[in-house]
Amino acid sequence: MPTISTKKKNSNGKASGSAFKKEIYLSWYEEMYRIRKFEERALMLYSKQKIRGFCHVYIGQEAVAAGIKSALRPSDNMVTAYRQHGLALSKGLSSRSCMAELFGKATGCVKGKGGSMHFFSREHNFFGGNGIVGAQIPIGTGIAFAEKYRKTDTVTVTMFGDGAARQGALHESFNMAMTWKLPVLYICENNQYAMGTSVSRTSNVTDLWKLGLSYEMPSEAVDGMDPEKVHAAIEKAAAHIRSGKGPYYLEIKTYRYRGHSVSDPAKYRTKDELEHYKDLDPLEIIEERMLKSKFASKDEIEAMQAKIKEEIDEAVQFAEDSPFPEAHELYEYNYLQEDYPFIKD
Amino acid sequence: MSRIITLRDALNEAMSEEMRRDDSVFLMGEEVAQYNGAYKVSKGMLDEFGPERVIDTPIAELGFAGIGVGAAMNGLRPIVEFMTWNFAVLAFDQIVNNAAKTLSQSAGEFSCPIVFRGPSGAAGQLAQQHSQTFESWMANTPGLKVVSIIDPYDSKGLLKSAIRDNDPVCFMESEIMYGLKGEVPEEEYLVPIGLAAVRREGTDVTIVSYNKSTILANKAAEELAKEGISAEVIDLRTIRPLDYQTIVDSVKKTNRLVVVDEAWPFAGVSAEVAYEIQKYAFDYLDAPVTRVNSADTSLPYAPTLVEEYMPNAAKVIKAVKEVSYVK
Repeated sequence: MPTISTKKKNSNGKASGSAFKKEIYLSWYEEMYRIRKFEERALMLYSKQKIRGFCHVYIGQEAVAAGIKSALRPSDNMVTAYRQHGLALSKGLSSRSCMAELFGKATGCVKGKGGSMHFFSREHNFFGGNGIVGAQIPIGTGIAFAEKYRKTDTVTVTMFGDGAARQGALHESFNMAMTWKLPVLYICENNQYAMGTSVSRTSNVTDLWKLGLSYEMPSEAVDGMDPEKVHAAIEKAAAHIRSGKGPYYLEIKTYRYRGHSVSDPAKYRTKDELEHYKDLDPLEIIEERMLKSKFASKDEIEAMQAKIKEEIDEAVQFAEDSPFPEAHELYEYNYLQEDYPFIKD
Repeated sequence: MSRIITLRDALNEAMSEEMRRDDSVFLMGEEVAQYNGAYKVSKGMLDEFGPERVIDTPIAELGFAGIGVGAAMNGLRPIVEFMTWNFAVLAFDQIVNNAAKTLSQSAGEFSCPIVFRGPSGAAGQLAQQHSQTFESWMANTPGLKVVSIIDPYDSKGLLKSAIRDNDPVCFMESEIMYGLKGEVPEEEYLVPIGLAAVRREGTDVTIVSYNKSTILANKAAEELAKEGISAEVIDLRTIRPLDYQTIVDSVKKTNRLVVVDEAWPFAGVSAEVAYEIQKYAFDYLDAPVTRVNSADTSLPYAPTLVEEYMPNAAKVIKAVKEVSYVK
């Protein structure tokens, strides 16, 4: 069973506690709780057929999104794959625009054009939302190329899963990013299963962080169940990148509690393994630390939860009430050329 | 003032002028910088624009095409050169799944103003993997525009338009035509994407072609003229969007159509043109639309087999006589 060495819930009684300020813990909790509740509602609505198509949820991986957000700037770029709802929310897309997109409504973040796998927002520097495993790795490298070309100090976070780490696109990108010292932060969210195939079944090399070493890229493994550790690792990597030294690669070890997509019963793993990770649940860990450090009382946490639940309820209502796109919108956003002569017969 | 220059230099001028005009334009690809281009299309550009804007890549088509797409999404205007479109097959994921779909799947949050360019088509005895045409492959995909052209004047004007276009453009050249000479003005000009050109006016039959097949079409038209058959020759120039109107107008005059298309026959440009003409000029046709394609096989190495495989002027003349019911 693949495991992460994080100690179980501070069982020795020592709070690993308050390495960060109160506000950061509160923001982590809020971020992670929003993602968890959003995804739980998405699953429920999928079973009611309000949401269709593919739907890959982020439950279990929330600490990664939270740690990235707190360690980086809103102006930094992000591109990821199709398990993206949580990351999009953490980049600042609203719950309502994301929920409406899942419903396929005209008020969705991409007007009902993308659905679960394709959220985008220029305003929030969120470059999607890519449905082809690993294809976003060269794209993220190119987004970073443009930042270097313009001589900014923006970091481009390029996220991918352990499955994508086996694509040739990763190696081509790593090679060029190091050759040209591009300001890109590669993050492999290793949730240990490429759909139903475990990491150890797809390669002789199971320490995915080592893939960066062939290109002499600074590469590390990070415990992804704890926002503190994610934040610390990203802060260090971002400083390296902003100083002009080129890319950095983090393998963040995490776990998805649910199947690959809603149609996956996840029979390829054991109950014990799932329970092990649920014991490491980042929401519970952070709640406990907040209570222990007296950053928030039980009542205050419950109030925060109630507020987010209300936000999600409101988002669902908004999605429900919104119209589907009109038929003529099919022809919009295929070309920027306004009079493009589509073949219509 | 006009000069006679080669297709190679016309393309070079188009890129260089656009790079002088717009700092966000850059060129990347294999051998484009220090080597001056595998076919010398980018000769001198490294010296003028420096290594930040004329960039040699490793041999990694998928990777650098994707880097181009990301850069385009983030505000630049990349020109990505493929040494041949045969190698671009490795990058089809980025062209088809990303460049073509960025605008649609992001509902306009992001666009992808990029040019993918390089030679398409057979170039002698290069055998199976180096001899394919890709116009219809790329033109099948909504979101892309496809230009295919060898005329130096039009190539320059169209490449400049492609670089300024806000949509992704696949630009197809020909490796054996880079030395083709033509008259090109010194003054700046653009040729718009989406318009065909009538290369030769005629009254008896319309011959539609593109890229280097236009040479066969013209040669055939010259021969046919000697026999009293007046052929109108149309160079499509742009494959997507295709300029149907120019063909329909011509067929209304000539009542006969032959399509010369170096691509394979199945579901290609020739089939598309034939469909549109039967639909929009049915009453004007005096004979079935006929086409001259490469053989429905892979292209082998031996010269006899290349000769058998490729369209040529004799095959075009034979097709024209068929539709003209002339022996």
